[in-house]
Amino acid sequence: MKRMMQFIIAALACAGLVATAPAQELTGTMKKIKDTGVIKIGHRDASIPFSYLDDKQRPVGYSIDLCMKIVDAVKAELKMPGLKFEFVPVTSATRIPILTAGNIDIECGSTTNTKERQKQVSYAYTTFYTGTKLLVKANSGIKSYKDLKGKTVAVTQGTTNERAIKALNDAENLGMNFIHAKDHNESMLTVETGRAVAFPMDDILLYGLVANHRSPKDWAVVGDYLSPDPYGIMIRREDPQWQAFVNKVIGGLMKSGEIRKIYAKWFLSPIPPRNINLNLPISSTLEQLIKNPNNEGV
Amino acid sequence: MAYNWNWGVFFQDAMFGPGTYLDWMLSGLKWTVVVSLAAWLIAFSVGSVLGVLRTTSFRFLRGVAATYVEIFRNVPLLVQMFIWYFVVPELMPKDVGRWMKTGMPMPEHTSAILCLGFYTASRVAEQVRSGIESISRGQTYAAYAMGLTEVQVYRHVLLPMGYRIIIPPMTSEFLSIFKNSSVALTIGVLELTAQSRQITEFTFQGFEAFTLATVLYIMITMTVILLMRVVEGRFRVPGFIGTGGR
Repeated sequence: MKRMMQFIIAALACAGLVATAPAQELTGTMKKIKDTGVIKIGHRDASIPFSYLDDKQRPVGYSIDLCMKIVDAVKAELKMPGLKFEFVPVTSATRIPILTAGNIDIECGSTTNTKERQKQVSYAYTTFYTGTKLLVKANSGIKSYKDLKGKTVAVTQGTTNERAIKALNDAENLGMNFIHAKDHNESMLTVETGRAVAFPMDDILLYGLVANHRSPKDWAVVGDYLSPDPYGIMIRREDPQWQAFVNKVIGGLMKSGEIRKIYAKWFLSPIPPRNINLNLPISSTLEQLIKNPNNEGV
Repeated sequence: MAYNWNWGVFFQDAMFGPGTYLDWMLSGLKWTVVVSLAAWLIAFSVGSVLGVLRTTSFRFLRGVAATYVEIFRNVPLLVQMFIWYFVVPELMPKDVGRWMKTGMPMPEHTSAILCLGFYTASRVAEQVRSGIESISRGQTYAAYAMGLTEVQVYRHVLLPMGYRIIIPPMTSEFLSIFKNSSVALTIGVLELTAQSRQITEFTFQGFEAFTLATVLYIMITMTVILLMRVVEGRFRVPGFIGTGGR
């Protein structure tokens, strides 16, 4: 009987312990944020309208707004109203090493979710869907990638678009020359100064670049999609707690329809710095993704 | 940290183009060496002339050389790269500009070589000047007293001594040019650092790529150091620079 009592007491104690322990042990990024009191956000400087610097050099954009919702949710979840956030600039080439090294906790830019990248990083639900098109001068006469035979093409180093155009070049023996610019602005400048005739990039970013150019009418975005590019917020892999949390926030925004308001703010209204309206309604693909969120790569 | 090390990445077939990622690295190595050596030829010759001009008795020439040195060594290399590549062709007459942009063979590489060469020339010039100025005045006066002309004084007295005194700092400049050549990636030269970044972006094995790049850079610089040590051992002036190299 004494034994029995001991067993019951032990069992009760165990149950009590379980009940008073925190709902969930913090791991990975969540733990890091709790310990350091800072959440570090990676941003881009010219990925309009996702993540770019406005006229006061502050990071703004669609992805930044989504990330600020995540920051708010983290504050509530960890009960840390004083949680600080820090913006860290990243580029196409640095975003993955900076994330894996832990210098940022979340990348809020315009990053295509690819299966290859998923070997090193993870993604939240896809929040935008685009594809590669060509930026050319309006008077160039170029209509599709087939017109680029033997011509010089500007690519931004380390982008999925570089891969797409080079794969086409190899597959169809088009004999293109490539100039490897370090960012989107420089790629555009390379075309503007006549060194290259085309710049393949996600079409939405091209619309943004053109809208912010001093004379948008000189430019044209042409061709069929050369590659599909689903964008997602990038996070470290093998960090299930953080991934589930970020997805819960993004999924919540999708369910409540709040993401449509954020979308409208950046794609259907005038945006800084030049107050231009991109006027791009939600595509049918993105509509599907809002109804059934997923984070499938390409 | 969740990082998957994979040294086999260098033997994978590259995402595009023929060959493996190792071939990308070797092509990067080739361009680092080619750009640096070509730029060093410019830097050494132009820098020598400027260094001499900075010490001549002609005030106007001294002024010209001093202006060059101050402009080229005070503007960041990154900015100079951008100017040579994007701005200079626009300032030229239209046809020349168009040729520089599309006709010139390998515009990025040529611009990078010119930029790096003329930038380093300003630094070489200062080393040459310091070498010449470190020779005691007495030697110059003695040379003039023997009836040598200014050209002869430089040719037979100042330069043979000056160049030998500045071998150690020149070695540093020679090393710097290899390391500075990585700035050329900003105008699209796919040298060693640029290729490492490319491989990082296409395979996400950045640590492997940059580790190999580091090893290759060290191999280049060690070769230069050994070479310069031989030069130093052969040409140093006993008593002026240390017995380094022995």
